Amino acid sequence: MTVLKKQVRIALRNCGVIDPEQIEDAIACDAYFALGKCLTTYSPDEVISEIKTSGLRGRGGGGFPTGLKWEITKNVESDQKYVVCNADEGDPGAFMDRSILEGDPHSVLEAMAICGYCIGANTGLIYIRAEYPLAIQRLKIAIKQAEEYGLLGDDILGSGFDFKIEMRYGAGAFVCGEETALIHSMEGLRGEPTVKPPFPSVSGYLGKPTNVNNVETFANIPVIINKGAKWFSRIGTEKSKGTKVFALAGKINNVGLIEVPMGTTLREVVYEIGGGIVNGKKFKSVQTGGPSGGCLTKDFLDTPIDYDNLVAAGSMMGSGGMIVMDEDDCMVSIAKFYLEFTLEESCGKCNPCRIGNKRLHEILTKITEGNGTVEDIERLKELSDVIKDTSLCGLGQSSPNPVLSTIANFEDEYMAHVKEGKCPAGQCKSLLRYDIVEDLCTGCTLCFRNCPVGAITGERRLPHFIDQSLCIKCGVCFEKCKFDAITLT
Amino acid sequence: MDTINLTIDNKTIEVKKGTSILDAAAEVGIEIPTLCHMKLHDLNIENKPGGCRICVVEVEGRRNLAPACCTDAHDGMEISTHSLRVVNARRTVMELILSDHPFECLICAKSGNCDLQDMAHQLGIREVHYKGEQSHYRADTSPAIIREIDKCIMCRRCETMCNDVQTVGVLSAINRGFNSVVSPAFEMNLDHSECTYCGQCVAVCPTGALTEVDETGKVIRALADPTKTVVVQTAPAVRAALGEEFGLEPGTLVTGKLVAALRRLGFNHVFDTDFAADLTIMEEGTELLNRLNRFLSGDKDVKLPILTSCCPAWVKFFEHQFPDMKDIPSTARSPMQMFGAIAKTYFAEKLAVKREDLVVVSIMPCVAKKYERGRDEFKVNGNPDVDHVITTRELAALIKLSNIDFNALPNEEFDNPLGESSGAGVIFGTTGGVIEAAVRTAYEIQTKKELPRLDFDELRGMEGIREATIDFDGLPIKIGIAHGLGNARKLLEDIQAGKSEFHAIEIMSCPGGCIGGGGQPYHHGDASILKKRQMAIYREDSNKAIRKSHENPYIINLYKEFLGEPMSEKAHHLLHTQYFDRTEKVKI
Amino acid sequence: MTKIKSFDELRKIKAKIIKTSGEANSPNSLIKIKVGMATCGIASGAGEIMQVLVEECERQAIDVTIKQTGCLGYCYAEPMVEVQIPGAEPVVFGYVDKNRALEIIGKFILQRKPIEGVIPVSFKTINELN
Repeated sequence: MTVLKKQVRIALRNCGVIDPEQIEDAIACDAYFALGKCLTTYSPDEVISEIKTSGLRGRGGGGFPTGLKWEITKNVESDQKYVVCNADEGDPGAFMDRSILEGDPHSVLEAMAICGYCIGANTGLIYIRAEYPLAIQRLKIAIKQAEEYGLLGDDILGSGFDFKIEMRYGAGAFVCGEETALIHSMEGLRGEPTVKPPFPSVSGYLGKPTNVNNVETFANIPVIINKGAKWFSRIGTEKSKGTKVFALAGKINNVGLIEVPMGTTLREVVYEIGGGIVNGKKFKSVQTGGPSGGCLTKDFLDTPIDYDNLVAAGSMMGSGGMIVMDEDDCMVSIAKFYLEFTLEESCGKCNPCRIGNKRLHEILTKITEGNGTVEDIERLKELSDVIKDTSLCGLGQSSPNPVLSTIANFEDEYMAHVKEGKCPAGQCKSLLRYDIVEDLCTGCTLCFRNCPVGAITGERRLPHFIDQSLCIKCGVCFEKCKFDAITLT
Repeated sequence: MDTINLTIDNKTIEVKKGTSILDAAAEVGIEIPTLCHMKLHDLNIENKPGGCRICVVEVEGRRNLAPACCTDAHDGMEISTHSLRVVNARRTVMELILSDHPFECLICAKSGNCDLQDMAHQLGIREVHYKGEQSHYRADTSPAIIREIDKCIMCRRCETMCNDVQTVGVLSAINRGFNSVVSPAFEMNLDHSECTYCGQCVAVCPTGALTEVDETGKVIRALADPTKTVVVQTAPAVRAALGEEFGLEPGTLVTGKLVAALRRLGFNHVFDTDFAADLTIMEEGTELLNRLNRFLSGDKDVKLPILTSCCPAWVKFFEHQFPDMKDIPSTARSPMQMFGAIAKTYFAEKLAVKREDLVVVSIMPCVAKKYERGRDEFKVNGNPDVDHVITTRELAALIKLSNIDFNALPNEEFDNPLGESSGAGVIFGTTGGVIEAAVRTAYEIQTKKELPRLDFDELRGMEGIREATIDFDGLPIKIGIAHGLGNARKLLEDIQAGKSEFHAIEIMSCPGGCIGGGGQPYHHGDASILKKRQMAIYREDSNKAIRKSHENPYIINLYKEFLGEPMSEKAHHLLHTQYFDRTEKVKI
Repeated sequence: MTKIKSFDELRKIKAKIIKTSGEANSPNSLIKIKVGMATCGIASGAGEIMQVLVEECERQAIDVTIKQTGCLGYCYAEPMVEVQIPGAEPVVFGYVDKNRALEIIGKFILQRKPIEGVIPVSFKTINELN
């Protein structure tokens, strides 16, 4: 069998290759060589210039140029600075960062030290959610081993550069992935974002300049140094360089973690790497960007994936969740699902996010229960626009995206719900209707006996009837009927 | 200073770099509406979480709308404060807030004084298009403060006061998303927490989420009871603020009208807490000199500095936060409690009325006084020295309820023997006043000389922490002053660390002292009102014939007839108290 | 453990590690077995598979190195086991249960016969890109 190697593993290069609890394994794969190279041959400015040339952009979702971020932090005068690794991965279904930390913790530690060298920080902090016990354990082992080898700590590789790394634990609040909220959480305060500016690069942890990067971003750094910015920038598209790790999930055969060069099309990901849709069903949509992202239709299957194309298509790169949906998925329910998530994960600080998302969710619930109107769809759009326009942080500013993108791309499904009272995917229970076809019903009473709410009536050997006001749409009658006398519409 | 140029609603202006859009707009007379934002100038208190999103404006070239209160103006910015996009967003956000707010305006304690109500009106909200579930939390009642958190709009002003200003740290946001709410930790009741009842949360709450416990009903019932003799005392800061409730300029003194109103309400005897303030000076001043002289003569057991103890929130604060220092504050009771004790003994005897039949009502600028009056040490056989405490605001409500045209009232005088006071008693109402009053008396007792001057400007002002050295005829007495519990904490930590060199320290919990108390008319974020009240207090002082406590003839007479001398056994029994370690009292 | 004092020393240590563990594909090094032991693998039973492999190799006195590794990315086919026979390309097996683990040793390693469950490698490594 010939397999096209569509994937390229840069961030995941050592995952599944080394024993993450043996630093020697990592060293055999060039761990800390990039750090060595930086400390012995490059000035901080040269390293930053290399990162800038590579075109690396933040992999946590924002896509901010990493080299530029480092440069800004470097240029702020301060007696103390910090490097923070954002390992508060929280998108539903996403586990890119966890896999990197569990499979190759040293790549992150090494990159943090390089960042510290560049910006003038000698303390690194890893903010990781406490729900990642194995990643925490492996990070702790890795830090200890690196310290024993002198690859972290004082006077690293005889260069005079000191760098230590500490762990900080999060309680799994999604909003703490937002860098100002993350910093407040590390300071022991409530995990709430604050208005930017000031950006963490200027005033971050304990008011000191702080460079926050995501795990995957850091994991790319050593390769850029070892292989060179030119090598790295050859991979990807014009404005999005390198690769992106995606957690591929949903109605797809090969669920898993993939790393593809920027510019790979959704079709390649879904059909070649992902092995197509489960049970040969019809592809409907792919959701990227997690709760802040959007749902793309089959029209976008041949769009090369990069930061800008996804935004243009009404979604976003996000941290790398990619959920595939098939013809059985109701897009109104999908929007509702994501909103439920943001609703629970909103910090509650600003009104549009705290109350606005609640109201959006209530309108969506109304639609999925068959009580929606065409005006409700308009109201969803209007409210979504205001929430995006007025929310304090990225969470609120992007929380209506699943609603807006599903309305934009699947308006017919919304209309079917509100105008015809039908859920085309058959997911919204309240909109289902079971009926008994008189001509086919033999009066066997099987449905009558199995109905849990007594909604079916009828004489033996005569056609039965379903009282729609009592029916809870459980579908038991439909399954039990041996004569196909029950229809579902 | 660097300046920048920008355009707001087509007006070009030049402002200092670092000016917020909100302040820049104000410079050209454009008032951008705000809700959560609160800035008390001069007191260095600012709350700008950027959470309400009412103050959003449109900035040319920016993707989303910018919160004017916490976005700095930049050179070349083009800002629109009332474009269609802005007005639509602002009104939608307001509708969202209202969609999660009880529609109980008609029966809300804050009706007519509610920032949310005003904003809904200002934005012309006639209909709330978004309807749905409303947050619901149980109401929490404590001896002084009621939390009706259904009405909370998460402006976080109370948190700023409780945490940043007062460093009490009881109120903070808990839970997430739609369920977020401002609450003591673990949603415990306020009376289980370390709350000092300073009431600064109440003073800044824009809605009816935080209010004082209303005792007006009890007062009305007492006044209507023919078997009771009802006496009333009124604190110094009340007369400098009550007028605001009747449309008078802040800083208008209404002492005479206040007395007249109380008399018309039916109080049998209208007295003055200022009288008891003079009494406090006699006791506290004597205690200060005792400690000071023992210290100067080398007594190692004596502890200095002595701290004032008039403020009930401050007392509860150190009982929770600094229990190991509970022997440092003066043992003198607060003026209100001294008044209660004297009224129910000395005055009751004079009237030949049983203490149970004498009802003492206090008019206070304070909500913590409601808690203080209930402390066990201030009761005799279960009968409290002070029966009811109503705030300045509650008094105003009572006057309005009783159809009294306040502004048309004549000026009347307090009754005797508990109504006469010196100027020293009056200045108890402002930060620096208690210690200045003490200096006026202590100086003359210590040096046996007449004070060369009566106004101690070095002790006055609005700085959070002030210090001054007063020359006691060759003996330099070092004095510290703090208002706001956060400032008090700093001084206490210095004492703990052995860094304090003060002989005496005055502490008041509220910014500005009692004039800024939690029971005063709402300042709605305008700190200049506090300054005007302070000026009024000093004006009242300088208008007084007697300005030193020890020269108050009724005080002299009280000692002669009843107490003996300051710190006598009787005085000790009636006018002094003790403090408790409350660290174990916090229940979760 | 002595601290590494220079970049040169780090390079030497790398060379030494590679030498002791045996060049990846040199015909005279040991057979290497890796078990995917990230959270996903462990949740699918990789811990048990690891134990089976260790015990079976001991029982049959087969000289191999068995170690844990991170996530290989094939979540749909966990637990995963990679076997590298010296001189040959590594082979990745998915859906490994106890029987397949025994098969890997009995059939694939000892008899060098193909067995079911091979997962085709679908990615390029950084060294394959120029």
